[in-house]
Amino acid sequence: MCGATTGGLSVEGLDLSKETVIQGTVSKGELPVAGAYVRLLDATGEFTAEVPTSATGHFRFFAAPGSWTLRTLAPGASVDRQVVAQRGEVAEVAVAI
Amino acid sequence: MSRSDVLVDAEWVQAHLNDPKLVIVEVDEDTAAYEKNHIRGAVRLDWRGDLREPVRHDIIGKAGFEKLLSAKGISNDDTVILYGGNNNWFAAYAYWYFKLYGHQDVKLLDGGRKKWELDSRELVADVVDRPTTTYVAKAPDTSIRAFRDEVVDAIGRKGIIDVRSPDEFAGRLLAPAHLPQEQSQIGGHIPTAANVPWSKAANDDGTFKTDDELTALYEGAGLDLSKDLIAYCRIGERSSHTWFVLKELLGKPSVKNYDGSWTEYGSLIGVPVQLGDEPGTPEGGGSL
Repeated sequence: MCGATTGGLSVEGLDLSKETVIQGTVSKGELPVAGAYVRLLDATGEFTAEVPTSATGHFRFFAAPGSWTLRTLAPGASVDRQVVAQRGEVAEVAVAI
Repeated sequence: MSRSDVLVDAEWVQAHLNDPKLVIVEVDEDTAAYEKNHIRGAVRLDWRGDLREPVRHDIIGKAGFEKLLSAKGISNDDTVILYGGNNNWFAAYAYWYFKLYGHQDVKLLDGGRKKWELDSRELVADVVDRPTTTYVAKAPDTSIRAFRDEVVDAIGRKGIIDVRSPDEFAGRLLAPAHLPQEQSQIGGHIPTAANVPWSKAANDDGTFKTDDELTALYEGAGLDLSKDLIAYCRIGERSSHTWFVLKELLGKPSVKNYDGSWTEYGSLIGVPVQLGDEPGTPEGGGSL
């Protein structure tokens, strides 16, 4: 969970001492899924933010420390993943749909 | 006013794609999304480049709006269908703009780009070129736009709705969680504002909830919907989404969007600010 894993988004240019980053990829089988919708829900299940995945299936949030749920929506799919984020670290999540 | 006057579903848009008096307009937070693909025939409004004054911190003026719509090939008597990413945040912002400048017939595509994509409907990359028009805007309708002095004056008197996420409301975050957090303004909210995140008005697929669900949502947060209402967020686009719900879907008579929102209010000197999860008292205060 600590630091960018191989193939993860570069954290160059981010001031990680101030940011709490949750990022990762959405894939189906071996292939990245572009244009999936990743929703960030807080510990109470409340919606906080949503981003579409990039052409390479990547997404990134700047969150606050704590427990979060990532809900990924794509045609015919809805997948929830739990993640704990801490300031100064990059939480990497690989979502398979 | 009924829902069908202001909102259309994807099925309806699909069936009317070739209507000559219909103009579909995509407005995205991610301004590159349109270039990748869009609904067939749709033109783009770029909120950064098209919907902000180039020098001043303000919305574009009447002349600027006329020039913009003329260049996009939109006529006064066209039916404009707006849609966009992020559950129609910026499409709702553009909707508010079209109403501000008196466009007669404008509607939102329910669910926006997300619902269209989740339905696996057709998106194309074709360049759209509409002949230019001579668009004539009306004077801005300030009955739907709030300015800072009336917002300060509304504390404790009118219904103020902060539609940001709970963490932004409390002052734990300064921007939505998918954006970097460095900001000049302080954290917190306008005292006495109720926190009803814009997202609660939408289903997962981006479509709006039913009128009954929406009414229960705002009343459940302690808002008196019979009062004059002011909605705000960080830069005025998420609050356009809630403004749309209160004014256009629920038909409340006096609803203003405070487009200066927290980027303005949170930078003002000497105004009351409340920290924490509670609306607070008119004097402000509180702590995290």
